[in-house]
Amino acid sequence: MGETNILKIIKNGIIDENPTFMQVIGMCPVLAVTTSAINGVGMGLSTTAVLICSNLVISLLRKVIPDKVRIPCYVVVIASFVTIVDFLMQGFAPPQLNEALGIFIPLIVVNCIILARAESYANKNNPLASVFDGLGMGLGFTLALIIVGSVREILGSGSIFGLTILPEAFPRTIIMILPPGAFFTLALLMAGFKYLRGKNAAK
Amino acid sequence: MHTLMIFWSAVLVNNFVMSRFLGICPFLGVSKKVETAAGMGIAVTFVMALASAVTYIVYNYMLVPLNLDFLYNIAFILIIASLVQLVEMFIKKSSPALYQALGVYLPLITTNCAVLGVTVINKQEGYNFVVSVVNGVGAALGFSLAIILMAGIRERIAKNDILPHFLDFPITLLTAGLMSIAFLGFSNLIKL
Repeated sequence: MGETNILKIIKNGIIDENPTFMQVIGMCPVLAVTTSAINGVGMGLSTTAVLICSNLVISLLRKVIPDKVRIPCYVVVIASFVTIVDFLMQGFAPPQLNEALGIFIPLIVVNCIILARAESYANKNNPLASVFDGLGMGLGFTLALIIVGSVREILGSGSIFGLTILPEAFPRTIIMILPPGAFFTLALLMAGFKYLRGKNAAK
Repeated sequence: MHTLMIFWSAVLVNNFVMSRFLGICPFLGVSKKVETAAGMGIAVTFVMALASAVTYIVYNYMLVPLNLDFLYNIAFILIIASLVQLVEMFIKKSSPALYQALGVYLPLITTNCAVLGVTVINKQEGYNFVVSVVNGVGAALGFSLAIILMAGIRERIAKNDILPHFLDFPITLLTAGLMSIAFLGFSNLIKL
């Protein structure tokens, strides 16, 4: 497998088939934990770690797992890695980050992106390609979380990654860090990306 | 009294879809028609009530005595997957009409994060058996309320002219945002 191929797989996950903006799967964490950009990074990277590991193991086992019981097998593999990530986060992540991500770390198990990649990619491709597919998809997801998180953090608390950037006099739109703000931000971002894609396609 | 408060809190104040963001995928995916949304709601309610009860028993009487409580996540997801399979087989035998209507959506309940979510919340909050089941039913009714309301609105939206870039997901998310503001109005209703 050449270098260009690897880059292509990664780019596919980040841009062409971005899980959040293009495939619209795994939306719960995108809405729930993005009250700040740093939460987005934490959630995105934990999901990426699980995605890479589960893609690797499922790809290695793809000829061993019987077709009929493949979904339960995938779920067990994914749940094992989520348990490991959960413990690592509890042990090493900053306490505020842990508190903000809360139950969404154990809930990575039911993130549709991971099962979807296992079923549609790792199941059919060699381990190396699957690892890079997991990396690309994970980074695409992380990027989406950072974008949504940054917009909400800038408008809602006037800062980005915890650094205050808006002057004190500028009014904070509290609703952006409340649940409705999550829906509005994502709606406008998705409409914007659709518009840009339409423009590119017209060229 | 406390149990009743937990119930209303799960239905309205901490509505799973509107304020906890659990179960967003079916909320966006299966809310095009009121009938299918209602069917999804019923199936989810059933699975969530059963899952709350079974995971409580398995966690407290099997995993904790064996010091295996760190495996809760794997155990819970397997319980939910088998429950969904069971419900599917049961509905297939007992009511083929309902099975036809729900067919595609039933297996999807396994990856509905609201189901795993409620069992993890029950475990974290240390609810007892009755409260766990009440919380599960309340959360599921809250989910059904949100998805049925959304389906009603979307049936009307479908008849209107929408900017092409807002078609489908963006307009649905905007609507959800407005609904979420309405649900914020419940926030001081119950103090737990």
